[in-house]
Amino acid sequence: MSSFPLATAKNKLIFAGSWLAWALMYVVMLYNWGLSWDSALIDMLLTNSLLAAITLLMSNNIKYYRPRKGKYLHILVVCIAMSGLWAGVVRYGIGAIMKLYDEVYFAFFDNSMPIRFNIALLVTGCISLMSELWYTLEEQKESEERKAAAEKLAREAELYNLRRQLQPHFLFNSLNSISALVNSQPAQSRKMIQQLSDFLRGTLRKEENQWTSFGEELDHLQLYLEIEKVRFGYRLQTEIISSDECNACRIPHMLLQPVVENAIKFGLYDTTEAVTIRVEATVSEGYLTVTVQNPFDPETSSPRQGTGFGLSSVQRRLYLLFYRNDLLSTSAENNLFTTTIKIPQA
Amino acid sequence: MIRTIIIDDEPLARSIIKEYLQHHPQIALVQECNDGFEGIKAIMQHRPDLIFLDIQMPKINGFEMLELIEQPPAVIFTTAFDEYAIKAFENHAVDYLLKPFNQERFDKAIARWREQQGKQTAEATKPLLETASRQPNQNQRVVVKIGSKIKIIPVDDIYYLEAADDYVKIHTKEGAFLKNKTMTHFEDTLDAQVFVRTHRSYIVHVQRITRIEPYEKENFVALLTNGAQVPVSKSGYGRLKNVLGI
Repeated sequence: MSSFPLATAKNKLIFAGSWLAWALMYVVMLYNWGLSWDSALIDMLLTNSLLAAITLLMSNNIKYYRPRKGKYLHILVVCIAMSGLWAGVVRYGIGAIMKLYDEVYFAFFDNSMPIRFNIALLVTGCISLMSELWYTLEEQKESEERKAAAEKLAREAELYNLRRQLQPHFLFNSLNSISALVNSQPAQSRKMIQQLSDFLRGTLRKEENQWTSFGEELDHLQLYLEIEKVRFGYRLQTEIISSDECNACRIPHMLLQPVVENAIKFGLYDTTEAVTIRVEATVSEGYLTVTVQNPFDPETSSPRQGTGFGLSSVQRRLYLLFYRNDLLSTSAENNLFTTTIKIPQA
Repeated sequence: MIRTIIIDDEPLARSIIKEYLQHHPQIALVQECNDGFEGIKAIMQHRPDLIFLDIQMPKINGFEMLELIEQPPAVIFTTAFDEYAIKAFENHAVDYLLKPFNQERFDKAIARWREQQGKQTAEATKPLLETASRQPNQNQRVVVKIGSKIKIIPVDDIYYLEAADDYVKIHTKEGAFLKNKTMTHFEDTLDAQVFVRTHRSYIVHVQRITRIEPYEKENFVALLTNGAQVPVSKSGYGRLKNVLGI
């Protein structure tokens, strides 16, 4: 619900100030026309207090009964009715008091009724239109705020979902490997349970801050790679190149995970040989650049297909975080598929 | 003695089946295979009674491997998580083990297989393979066998398909390959926006067409980038126009 225009102290002051200025002008004007001070003062107080009350009523009324778009004629009709009502009360209520108090003044009072009516109409009309404008702006502001809040919520939800895409295939296969190790190599199976738990904890971490250091991200990635190595045995080799400077850089949490997952999927499932997945990080010109490389077979798979869900989710996350679409790129050369990610370090 | 083969790309996944097999002394494990290529070779060589087959494997998946074997042995599928495969299994009442599985579940699968023994033949797996080949990652390639060699053809390498008796002849830039399938199968599985059935006996990759010319009464002929000419029937012309948006 939009707030009443006079809810703020500033607007109260403006309203009271305008009323006072008008009242002062009113009394001085009447006095200049040769009417007595006291009569002018009583006239001013009674008629203008009533007028102020009516304008406040109008303004409040508009808050609850907003005219439909373009139906401003309704406002005019209500203004005319209110001004007429006001004029009636002034003529027969206040007029009666004036008649008792000052006969000369009453004659003037009676003659000035049409002008009084017109002034009342102008004042109520102005106040009504201003109120209408005020409420329209308030509504607009509110709907914009609502929209922004909804967008923010949707963005956060999307980012959250993108972060925790967990591959069920990976999870169940890892559990199967552990199951296979339990009898023959209990120590190894316990180690793998530990790694899988640590990895899952990392993915489930509810993010207050979705940024992490590259070093931490690498540690998390290592857990994943260790599990995959147990699963695939000699077929999976990894090579990770980083520096202390890189490890201190910031990176969105779990950003690299789907990229490496993708590399393993396309590396391991595209050849029957052993594959090496290479992750290399460098820092330059305010960017942390991470490349992930995997071999592929150009004969049987086109790298085009490589931009599957894994990479499109990374692209989307980078866009939501930086509003840029040029931070992720891929290339395929000499049987090597390379994914490059640049993270601005501002 | 029952002879079996395990085909799975993960060594530990094989070792657990091996472990469970120890409870079944009447079943002899004759070979373990790392992938579908090894699997085909081993099946040809040993002619096992039963195989344990993983779905997701390098190069060709378990279904594609089975497709290449003319008289496949009985199969117990093993998979960790694959919605399409599981749906296919359910629809065709084939037994499958979801990893990780325990000894009890494994024994049950063996018992069920023994009950059905003799009934489950190539006929039983065929409809399953037909369903399975509709899964999205499989319609990007066609796997064929040339002698003892296996060839994987990415669909974009195909110029056109031609009916040839019980086979379909797949024309690619590297020559033509035969696959034991029907034209309807390819019409159903390949992307309809890319592959159009221009004629009862022809399916064409639309991006390979350079020109379409009239040919005799009410018929047309499509000229392809490799110089081949493919007949286009009246109704085929209509479908082609639809896809090309002309």
